[in-house]
Amino acid sequence: MSHWTDRAPYLKTMQTIESGILDEVLGRVAAYDYSAYGEREVRAALAKDRIGIADFAALLSPAAEAFLEPMAAKARLETRKHFGNAVALFTPLYLANHCVNGCVYCGFHHDNDIRRARLGGNEIVRELDAIAETGLEDILLLTGETRKESSVEYIGEAVKLAAERFHLVGIEVYPLNVDEYAYMHACGADYVCVFQETYDPVRYAEVHTLGPKRVFSYRFDALERALMGGMRTVNFGALLGLADFRKDAFAVGLHAHFLQRKYPKGEMAISIPRLRPYINNATENSRDVHEPQLLQVMLAYRLFMPFAGMTVSTRERAGFRDNVIGLCATKISAGVSVGIGGHGQDEEGDGQFEISDPRGVPEVNAAIKARGLQPVYIDYVRV
Amino acid sequence: MKVNGENVALEKTLDLSGFLVLRGFDEKLVAVERNGEIVPRGSFADVVLKADDVLEILHFVGGG
Amino acid sequence: MTSDEDALMLGEQAFRSRFILGSGKFSSEMMRTVLEHSGAEIATLAVRRANAGGAENILDSFPPGIRLLPNTSGARSAEEAVRIAKLARELGCGDFVKVEVIGDSKYLLPDNTETVRATEMLVDEGFVVLPYMYPDLYAARALARAGATAVMPLGAPIGSNRGLLTADFIRILVEEIDLPIIVDAGIGRPSEACAAMEMGCAAVMANTAIATAGDVAAMADAFRLAIAAGRAAYRAGLGRKLEKGAEASSPLTGFLER
Ligand code: SF4
Repeated sequence: MSHWTDRAPYLKTMQTIESGILDEVLGRVAAYDYSAYGEREVRAALAKDRIGIADFAALLSPAAEAFLEPMAAKARLETRKHFGNAVALFTPLYLANHCVNGCVYCGFHHDNDIRRARLGGNEIVRELDAIAETGLEDILLLTGETRKESSVEYIGEAVKLAAERFHLVGIEVYPLNVDEYAYMHACGADYVCVFQETYDPVRYAEVHTLGPKRVFSYRFDALERALMGGMRTVNFGALLGLADFRKDAFAVGLHAHFLQRKYPKGEMAISIPRLRPYINNATENSRDVHEPQLLQVMLAYRLFMPFAGMTVSTRERAGFRDNVIGLCATKISAGVSVGIGGHGQDEEGDGQFEISDPRGVPEVNAAIKARGLQPVYIDYVRV
Repeated sequence: MKVNGENVALEKTLDLSGFLVLRGFDEKLVAVERNGEIVPRGSFADVVLKADDVLEILHFVGGG
Repeated sequence: MTSDEDALMLGEQAFRSRFILGSGKFSSEMMRTVLEHSGAEIATLAVRRANAGGAENILDSFPPGIRLLPNTSGARSAEEAVRIAKLARELGCGDFVKVEVIGDSKYLLPDNTETVRATEMLVDEGFVVLPYMYPDLYAARALARAGATAVMPLGAPIGSNRGLLTADFIRILVEEIDLPIIVDAGIGRPSEACAAMEMGCAAVMANTAIATAGDVAAMADAFRLAIAAGRAAYRAGLGRKLEKGAEASSPLTGFLER
């Protein structure tokens, strides 16, 4: 089984599911010509109570760049309506940086010569305890993508340890099958991040030179499998700057939109990573996605999906992050280390990318309050 | 027999088609349920009525 | 009919008119007049016990080309609805059926749970099913999953002529359900039919509002025009409303590094 987007065959372990969403999304993205939208369409979209797919397309167009201020005003209202003053805090914990994939933009790239490490059980406990000390209740566990060093059992055990100490546990690991997501859910995980990176299959093939990640459609379907496995929240993302960022942003919105319609119980969340310099490559950068374009994408997401959570990464500077919370973003990380370990002990392995906002939990907490917003540690209680 | 909720005596051996004609129904305009089963239109003549049959004879009326 | 004619698609069939006429309360003479003036191509019918002899044949009231849509009125459970639908099909006017299951004799509100069950069973039997329902998102999703061809939420309790009391909920169905949404029951005046169409409903059904008008033919005209106007407005995209609330005085985007 393989889809036309795939540059490598399915591995025997990879499950296929019946879903029309991939073709629906890619079909619409292929037909999306953002240069066809002008001021007229943007104004019309901004005048509406409900932003449809065509309006979303207009808001992502270059023509809408001149409308950032009215977009921001409308987005702020929507954010307030759906999330009130709350801004959720979380932190990622990198468990391992071994990876069999070759993503040319990533420091964990298989062929990259970095210090590799994997936290053992005691180390995980030490890290988790140190993070729990800060008062955080939401943790995202990450690994590089390999079933060898980071097996399902290994990740499951880490989830169990985290669930004992945190109210909310997310995982950002290689794509899993439905039964494996169900297992992770049973271990205590509630949300799953799988970023497609780019929805342009040709560009996808260029930047993913190696490993199972080359199977585009298996990755695309991962969040649907996560919902089928009982996960509460799924988190989308395109690494903006990797390909045509407007088309990729359009694809992310459609992907979440159609998945929400098919699984109305599932909660949708979006991340908005930009390409950043990473270890052993300080030059690769986000090309045409500067802060105004990044904000435009975030505002368009918010207006199209007022109900979706939105996480702002530490790849962005503090001044940017502090201004987008309450405006469109609803979740922010604090006390981030992107290396392996680094909370309860010294870092053992090298990091994935460079962070721009090194602030710890108290500082981020204070920054949220200073804006008249409410830092929230527990968004909901897992039942 | 019970026809549309009323007791009707079956005086001689009759098929459904003959019964409908006798009672003044237009065969082309009604559907008949016999003992809870729809009798296909066009086969009314093949159904010989029994004394304990329950018939529902229905047609269309105006309605929203 | 070509596709750019904005047809209403129900099952395999395309309709030019977006008005569905309930056929109660009209003489057959009047019915022909109303059909002509309203432009309706679909009319509903009910199935009842026949009285012996001489009854006029209601089917004679409908010119050829009118799609008949029998309803299951009288059904109080899914099983009864299925039974009535099968009898209607036996009467020979095709596979369309408007499922109507009402288990409350006081308020006459549709029973969504039974309606979903009836829809599942009838779809299995090959019917083209248009269920009448209370506008509840979960029920509408269940109907869509069951294979309904359209959903027919009520605008207000049957016969109440109270208009679009449920407008906010019908709007949610329009947004969320990928099926034609047809407002049934409650529509008392052309302006309400127009409002439903502006919201994006696919069609409107009415009966009492026309049957009880002073001039029935003229009211049928009024409904035809109102529905066409509402549809045209929806297709045109509603224009800009005056902004509510003040714009922020200090810029929200001044922090950007450009
Ligand atoms: S992005 Fe993920 S899959 Fe790709 S090299 Fe980095 S860790 Fe591995």
